[in-house]
Amino acid sequence: MSEAAHQDYQGSKIGMWLFLFTEFMLFGGLFILYAGSRALNPEAFHEASRELSVPLGVANTVILLTSSLFVAAAITAIQKGNKKLSVLLTGLTASCGALFLVNKGVEWGLKFHHGIYPNGPALAARPQGEALFFGLYFIMTGLHGLHVLAGTVLLTIMAVLLARERVRQDDYVLLENSGLYWHLVDVIWIFLLPLFYLAA
Amino acid sequence: MSYLDPQGGGLGSWLTATDHKRIGLLYLTLMTVFFFVAVGIGVTMRLKHLSGGDYLISAQTYNALFTVHGVIMIFLFVIPGLPAVFGNFFMPILIGARDVAFPRLNLLSWYFFATGATLAVLSLFTGNGPPDTGWTFYVPFSIKTGTNVSLAVFAAFVLGLSSILTGLNFITTIHRMRAPGMTWHRMPLFVWSLYATGWIQVLVTPIIGITLVLVILERFFNIGVFDPAKGGDPVLYQHMFWTYSHPAVYIMIVPAMGVITEIIPTFSRKSIFGYKAIAYSSIAIAGFGSMVWAHHMFTSGMADTADFVFSLLTFIVAVPSAIKVFNWTATLYKGSIEMAPAMLYALSFVFLFAIGGLTGVMQGALGVNVHLHDTYFIVGHFHYVMFGGTGFAFFAALLYWFPKMFGKMYDTKPAYAAWGLMFVGFNMLYFTMLVLGTMGMPRRYYAHLPQFHNAHLVATAGSWLLAAGLLVLFGNFLYALFRGRKAEANPWGGITLEWTIPSPPPQENFAEIPTITAGPYAYNPGRPG
Repeated sequence: MSEAAHQDYQGSKIGMWLFLFTEFMLFGGLFILYAGSRALNPEAFHEASRELSVPLGVANTVILLTSSLFVAAAITAIQKGNKKLSVLLTGLTASCGALFLVNKGVEWGLKFHHGIYPNGPALAARPQGEALFFGLYFIMTGLHGLHVLAGTVLLTIMAVLLARERVRQDDYVLLENSGLYWHLVDVIWIFLLPLFYLAA
Repeated sequence: MSYLDPQGGGLGSWLTATDHKRIGLLYLTLMTVFFFVAVGIGVTMRLKHLSGGDYLISAQTYNALFTVHGVIMIFLFVIPGLPAVFGNFFMPILIGARDVAFPRLNLLSWYFFATGATLAVLSLFTGNGPPDTGWTFYVPFSIKTGTNVSLAVFAAFVLGLSSILTGLNFITTIHRMRAPGMTWHRMPLFVWSLYATGWIQVLVTPIIGITLVLVILERFFNIGVFDPAKGGDPVLYQHMFWTYSHPAVYIMIVPAMGVITEIIPTFSRKSIFGYKAIAYSSIAIAGFGSMVWAHHMFTSGMADTADFVFSLLTFIVAVPSAIKVFNWTATLYKGSIEMAPAMLYALSFVFLFAIGGLTGVMQGALGVNVHLHDTYFIVGHFHYVMFGGTGFAFFAALLYWFPKMFGKMYDTKPAYAAWGLMFVGFNMLYFTMLVLGTMGMPRRYYAHLPQFHNAHLVATAGSWLLAAGLLVLFGNFLYALFRGRKAEANPWGGITLEWTIPSPPPQENFAEIPTITAGPYAYNPGRPG
């Protein structure tokens, strides 16, 4: 009704932060599940963790951290009125998201190739707890992957909005909120990396 | 021009409305329909117990009925009821705003609600029969059963999204859109209760979301997160489920307490006693209420230390609840009490909620809990809290705000008659359940032993009175909607902001945003509210 009449910058930011809290709690449930399952099967988790590719995981970490830098720079650029640079940086962030997903796809594909997938026969033959480790790995990285996908789409839209000047120097809260979301995706990955890849 | 007046097109203008008042009514309409469906199911279950053995419906149908009754009542009525209907309608008015912070998001959350409701209904008629797990979807049964659990669980997930968005919207609105001069300590207490509720909605609902997703994943992929054979743990499911679902009990009851806190000062013509204590006790309930979940699991095999700690924390939640009850009582003391229908229902709330609360404290005690676990005592207890509490507060809120919402007055006589039927029927039904439980009648059982039969007959008869009272109450509302005389702006002599504007409220609530100079309940001029 009156949303066109006034822009509440603070209000938009509060809304976004509250949404981010809900995302933290969503993953929080899974982290509790991981903690519980790991406490029940410490050795199996240790063993299974060896099979994940640390180089691939680290590569993805580098990609995400770099992308977080890009999006932060994109916000600064639009604050300073440099539209071109902001579009470029936002686009780069989205590309990093896509790259992350490709990498993740390769990684999952390798596992599938070895018969490691939910409900798969190779997993059923594993000792108790190892199947659970991979199950959690697919659930948690899968859910994170969905968030990366959502963020990538969001940032692509932002690049378009920037280009069309719907997001501008005097009204960039959409980009800022998208940036916050992207940082959240990044932070969650920072927790997933040690829990799954470096646990061995 | 009132918000009810046509705005270019009938139904379409409602389904695309971003006005918080219209959205409130959208919720009210849908919710009332589901409420009566679930009441019908409840009465059917009671009818079954006219016989101890095989009677009227099959055992499998009975399982489906108590599941669907629970799912509808909990997820579609009691949890969203007060915030979504009265919070949406009155919170912006009570803080002197023109709308909520995100009006379009508000409409979206109604669509999530409607979608979730539709999916819940679909789950009854598709797949291999309606879900039969009980509304708690406990593993391993919910994973093994062939019935349509996945869809029902997904429906609950979507309803959770709706709840999160409403909470997010309310918190932002309360932070950003209060009228000039309305400090935190000048906010009406219903708004405080919605604020506390909003935080519970935002922080715990995602946990049930992910838990429900896990049930679906388990059903499709057998990953084994809750399966001991694969290294998982079924008790983990219960932890995750109750981490949300116990705080959800406070999503149900805290706004109800907020409504009662609005009604009692108006009909006692007195400032509320202990404003700050009531405001902060809402926050305290929200906080402590999030730390007591495992009292649902004393018999599930937890560590003794955990049992002890959760028992203690459970007792602590009784403190802020009792603070409210004492403050209501103190407000009534030497008040100029007018027993209008809304007040009568509000006082019944206090009585019924007290029984619900005290039976809750009883179960917080470990030894008693083991004896009463999964008996009718539990069923009686939570109906006292949810129906006697939230339900009666819902009716009280409708009676209190109906004239303001629709600009029509209802007849008070049928409202009193409905109260008599409901109050007697309610206690016959649920107090008998408390007695049955202590005698050892297990909950959710299709058949019962002969020694329980007389009590079951009393409870069933009570359910008829209760249902009859509900029909009278809502029949009266419907009649008033079409035939009622016009309501004045302030029929009860209330002094919070909603009574300063016409009934029904104009489209933008306030011609001019008011400036607030005193507390919300300053019935005695010169004394701060």
